[in-house]
Amino acid sequence: MNIHEYQAKTLFEKYGVPVPKGAAAKTAEEFATALATLPEGPTMVKSQIHAGGRGKGTFTDGYKGGVKFCKTKADALAIAGKMLGNTLVTIQTGPAGRKVQTVYFTVASDIKKEYYLAILLDRASSRPVIVASTEGGVEIEKVAHDTPEKITKVVIDPSYGVADFQLRQLIAALELTGNEAKNAAKLIKNLYTMFWETDAAMVEVNPLITTPAGDVLALDAKVSFDSNALYRHPEIVALRDLNEEDPKEIEASKYDLAYIALDGNIACLVNGAGLAMSTMDIIKHYGGNPANFLDVGGGASKEKVIAAFKIILGDTNVKGIFVNIFGGIMDCNVIAEGIVEAVKEVGLKLPLVVRLEGNNVAKGKETLAASGLALVSGDTMADAAQKIVKLVA
Amino acid sequence: MSILITPATKILVQGITGAFGAKHAQLSLDYGTQLVAGVTPGKGGQFFEHAGHKVPIFNSVHEAAAATGATVSVIFVPPPFAGDAILECVDAGLDLAVCITEGIPIKDMIRVKRAITGKKTRLIGPNCPGLVTPGNGEKSNGGCRIGIAPGYIHRKGHVGVVSRSGTLTYEAVFQITSKGLGQSTSVGIGGDPVNGTSHLDVIKLFNEDPDTKGIILIGEIGGSAEVEAARWIKDHCKKPVAGFIAGATAPAGRRMGHAGAIVGGAEDTAAAKIAVFQECGIEVAATPTDMADALLRAAAKKGVSLA
Repeated sequence: MNIHEYQAKTLFEKYGVPVPKGAAAKTAEEFATALATLPEGPTMVKSQIHAGGRGKGTFTDGYKGGVKFCKTKADALAIAGKMLGNTLVTIQTGPAGRKVQTVYFTVASDIKKEYYLAILLDRASSRPVIVASTEGGVEIEKVAHDTPEKITKVVIDPSYGVADFQLRQLIAALELTGNEAKNAAKLIKNLYTMFWETDAAMVEVNPLITTPAGDVLALDAKVSFDSNALYRHPEIVALRDLNEEDPKEIEASKYDLAYIALDGNIACLVNGAGLAMSTMDIIKHYGGNPANFLDVGGGASKEKVIAAFKIILGDTNVKGIFVNIFGGIMDCNVIAEGIVEAVKEVGLKLPLVVRLEGNNVAKGKETLAASGLALVSGDTMADAAQKIVKLVA
Repeated sequence: MSILITPATKILVQGITGAFGAKHAQLSLDYGTQLVAGVTPGKGGQFFEHAGHKVPIFNSVHEAAAATGATVSVIFVPPPFAGDAILECVDAGLDLAVCITEGIPIKDMIRVKRAITGKKTRLIGPNCPGLVTPGNGEKSNGGCRIGIAPGYIHRKGHVGVVSRSGTLTYEAVFQITSKGLGQSTSVGIGGDPVNGTSHLDVIKLFNEDPDTKGIILIGEIGGSAEVEAARWIKDHCKKPVAGFIAGATAPAGRRMGHAGAIVGGAEDTAAAKIAVFQECGIEVAATPTDMADALLRAAAKKGVSLA
């Protein structure tokens, strides 16, 4: 689960990670109140959406830049009006962009130098890793590719936490001394505590900055949380912004279906995450384009299959459906009955290819054949995939 | 032979009184697996009864293992308690803990993995289908079925299967069985980013198992476990190996059902992993339908019979 920058910074402050003073506003009426909490002077106005590349983004009405520097609060007030309610397109949002529903004002900090800092899971060691670089404010993927020696990774023993010698390693890698070193060490330690205590999946600060006064501040904040751990963090669940999520994905989660919308036109309904991924792959392999990832899970009931059909048909790009089920324990006939009922209920007019295999498959195929539905049967995944690609083309 | 488990292996079930655990305990008993004990704290002294079987239930893994000689546990307890269940197996000194539970917080698994490092007990999973060593009976009955995989699609034979994904494991097993071949053991290591046993760990066991003549390695996007396994295979494994990677079309940054199936960087894409497979002499299955055929091609190249 992702949260907005302004929410992340509130968490940062709670854990003693310094950030520039800021205030968020959700309506134009709130602009003045938010700005009143900040001192007069240079102010940043930042569109709050769950996507990177905001500064270089363009609004759908042609206005450029989702993050702006303003010399005065009065300027900031005017600029915020251009952003709120407007739709911002960045390299990460896709062409549809995201509607800006919150604007965040912060004091514009004097920047001496920019750095990069992140904490995430190191899969190789199954431990948290702190990543730091002197190259901040730029794309870290590019730094990792062009100058990997400028990135330092320190793996943390989860039973001990961040050791002092590891802080010294990180500070040395960031080439900080004196007060800056002290402040950065404290910030890193506090950021790790936040990462660990909140069950964060990733915390990224890009850039982390030093100021001429010797302060170290998190100028940006990107935080995501492990969705498996949300049950023990109601305070974090409260930060969820449903405006940032695909309505079809929200609907799917109500039925415990794993659904992710994609941009193709062949909808998939599959049991099992691995099989669902490879169903998308095989459609592409034969020249088609998957419209979604959809895993109905191991214990798919008739109700789940019906809900799944409704969700995939809610996508107007869909021109055909591919049902791919390997019924290991699950009875193929139960799935077949679910499909028949779902199709009758939703009144399907699109081509449907069904590949059933596994437990009680003969009876399942019989049920499909006896239903009189205009569906096409596939023998193997490959056969079924070729059929649906052809039908949609 | 087989790896990790044989038809004689005695297993216990943690969470046998829950609906999911009970259903799969029944299926394992039907398959002929030596399922000798259940563990549910507070229900010690009761019995789990199914089709003439009367399986004693204990309050702790310690008691269950001491009383029945079980050496392997399969864990079906809910996510908030699953980490604890794993630690209990380790404390009881079992050989193997297989955690089926899906949705365990990553932090819990980070701590569990740290705590079990260097201990005797091997962990498989979590979020995995478990493992099957097929038996001699009809539809491979009489084998050892640990977890949630369908037993009947197996056939006793000489192909080792290792995969992160449940249904893709079944696809591979079914294809092998449909070709008249069989499996030594099929192992689902689970789709979480932090798990107990890696692809490479299982590959090493298959490589040493004289009864395994060929291996199917099924991976996914995310992480570098498949790459690590492939490089080891290149240097150490003489047996034919076929590989498949799911998620070629998955967009970066989106979690594809499995907590571990997410593309973070250039290294963990399907294309990158497939390239390493090819470079390491692993026969790549172009589609999931092609997994058994890919292994047959690999075996033919090496002049190995999988029968």
